[in-house]
Amino acid sequence: MGTNVKAQEEKTIPQKMNGGKMLVEALKAEGVEVIFGYPGGAVLPIYDEIYDSGIHHVLTRHEQGAIHAAEGYARVSGKPGVCIATSGPGATNIVTGLADAMMDSLPLVVFTGQVATGVIGSDAFQEADVIGITMPVTKYSYQVRSAEEFPRIIKEAFHIANSGRKGPVLIDVPKDVAIASDIFNYEEIEVNIPSYQPNYTPNHLQIRKVVEAVSSAKKPVVLAGAGVLHANAHEELRAYAEQQSLPVVNTLLGLGSFPGNHQLFLGMGGMHGTYTANMALYECDLLINIGARFDDRITGNLKHFAPNAKVVHIDIDPAEIGKNVPTQIPVVADAKAALAALIAEDGARGDFSIWLKKLRNWKEEFPLAYKKEVNILKPQRLIELVHQITNGNAIVTTDVGQHQMWAAQYYSFSNPNKWATSGGLGTMGFGLPAAIGAQFASPNDAVVCFVGDAGFQMTLQELSVLQEKNLPVKVVIVNNHALGMVRQWQELFYEERYSHSLIPQQPDFVKLAEAYGVKGYRATNEEEAQAVLKEAFRHNGPVLLDFRVAPKEKVYPMVAPGKGIHEMVGVKQ
Amino acid sequence: MKRIVTATVNNQPGVLNRITGLFTRRDYNIESITVGVTENPAISRMTFVVNVDDEAKAEQLTKQLNKQIDVIKVQDITDQPKIERELALIKVVSNPQTRSELAGIIDPFRASIVDVSRDSLVVQVTGDSKKIEALIELIRPYGIKEIARTGTTAFTRGSKKAGGQDTKQVTFTN
Repeated sequence: MGTNVKAQEEKTIPQKMNGGKMLVEALKAEGVEVIFGYPGGAVLPIYDEIYDSGIHHVLTRHEQGAIHAAEGYARVSGKPGVCIATSGPGATNIVTGLADAMMDSLPLVVFTGQVATGVIGSDAFQEADVIGITMPVTKYSYQVRSAEEFPRIIKEAFHIANSGRKGPVLIDVPKDVAIASDIFNYEEIEVNIPSYQPNYTPNHLQIRKVVEAVSSAKKPVVLAGAGVLHANAHEELRAYAEQQSLPVVNTLLGLGSFPGNHQLFLGMGGMHGTYTANMALYECDLLINIGARFDDRITGNLKHFAPNAKVVHIDIDPAEIGKNVPTQIPVVADAKAALAALIAEDGARGDFSIWLKKLRNWKEEFPLAYKKEVNILKPQRLIELVHQITNGNAIVTTDVGQHQMWAAQYYSFSNPNKWATSGGLGTMGFGLPAAIGAQFASPNDAVVCFVGDAGFQMTLQELSVLQEKNLPVKVVIVNNHALGMVRQWQELFYEERYSHSLIPQQPDFVKLAEAYGVKGYRATNEEEAQAVLKEAFRHNGPVLLDFRVAPKEKVYPMVAPGKGIHEMVGVKQ
Repeated sequence: MKRIVTATVNNQPGVLNRITGLFTRRDYNIESITVGVTENPAISRMTFVVNVDDEAKAEQLTKQLNKQIDVIKVQDITDQPKIERELALIKVVSNPQTRSELAGIIDPFRASIVDVSRDSLVVQVTGDSKKIEALIELIRPYGIKEIARTGTTAFTRGSKKAGGQDTKQVTFTN
């Protein structure tokens, strides 16, 4: 009886605690499994609370690693990634990750330390105007001015980050706020932001317009982007495409939202898209964009993009509709809700037989292709080998550049949320930390991190985390001793003047891995590659693989900058 | 083309910074901006005058403004019946000989002289920006020493018909 009374008292009397403890308790209440961070002076009170809180904190070796890990976690788990950095340099080190998450709509809740409120504005030690610096690259940001408002701010931050069009939210926590105590009543706080009410449900009249447009189309195509994945609508996408016999093109970030081996799948579109995907986007008479933002890498020259098409754009962010491509049928909605409504309408089937036949012929005649050579490891072949050994089921992360495009082209994704790549911002150094986050999000999945030899060197210090946490990530270095994509552009557009893109000097990556306590292998041809991949995947721990690939290999097909999407070079090799 | 856009926003520190940052980031040029608290002290009203190339750019601007978490409501009121006002203070060279002449010029503008010194006087005028520019041109020959303009603030007129005109939030009407 006595204990019952006590329990009741604990329930009704709100507890007072300091700001640091509030942060820890709020993360627990949000069900946060893991946070990535790096301590420092201004966040000492917070780290003191983390110390024996039971919160799973991963110490990365650089703040950039922490935020990219949080991004990888968010992309794979669908839940907000959480990261902590200290004031000043700690906070400025995460700016790249914030911009990356903002471009790719990844939900993050990021805490930064700040100098005490009394000295803000005095150029105090490790002070930086983090709110000012990060304003353009966050969905929203808060500076906490008192412990009293801290719980509400955290709750709002999780709500804003993970609703509507998702994105990073930053909370700047002055040191004195983390020390001050106030009431913590997290469960009772109701988020109410009248000025932020994202619309999830599609307008029925607009859905009807889409249905009619599909029924009367002759050459329709669906362009499915990451919005489908964020809305967890991959099943609806497949059901809708199958119901209406609609061919599907993916954006880079949308890969995995539609099965890579499906007969209605045309591949990735855009600058390095498949011939069929790009020609479908060019020739279609109805383009249904679901959760993609018509990025310039998918459209090419806007003058030649889908010139004869009626455009449907389904997006949760109204500002994306009509931004780049004039849109006849706008649908502001969550992809899942919109697709469910379209399926339920069960519209009259259009006659696409001639179109689908044409697409099939293109797929057969102009598949992705590369020249095979004896005794030289082709990077495309390397991706295929990794696909084979992982049965196409691994979670794949990448940096940016040639290896990223080859991974997108040749690792045929069949499942959603197994692809974490830096799309909009194109961040070198993203792959390895993102793989760490991905592995925490999905501990039982194989995680493969494709990186170039250059990008890898931007965040390679995170090998320490692989070793410390014994994460079985396989780091695959597609090593061509160059900034491959820069080199490719210089070869094609700058008369082979390879200005600072060739990097003959590089560390011995195998020894480097060993120095970090990570197994390392090297392979220079296909036979060796197969053997070391076998070894690597047999080992239940981190492995780094240095694959010496054909150094002059280029990514094809390619839509040169300024060209229309139908003007591809290198289609058949 | 010139657009007049109004927005009601949360009256919080940093909001003006967010909005002006948005204009810069999205490559919009603000001609003028005014901010003041509304009848509700938690809400401020902003009025922007901005030059855009075409309708699509204007629509994109209202959408981007709406997307801001602190923005409650956005209206492009350029083509609506509206009241548009700006205040200008103009310090103009004057001596006892020209003083009454100047008074005669500003009178039809319903402007007033709010400060007089030995060699100058200050004219205060309110109205839409065209009216203010017209007055400035008329008194320019006397020698303008200084001009301070507030920028345009505006809102829509009360509705004339029963039921009122539609002033719904400018989001993408589905």
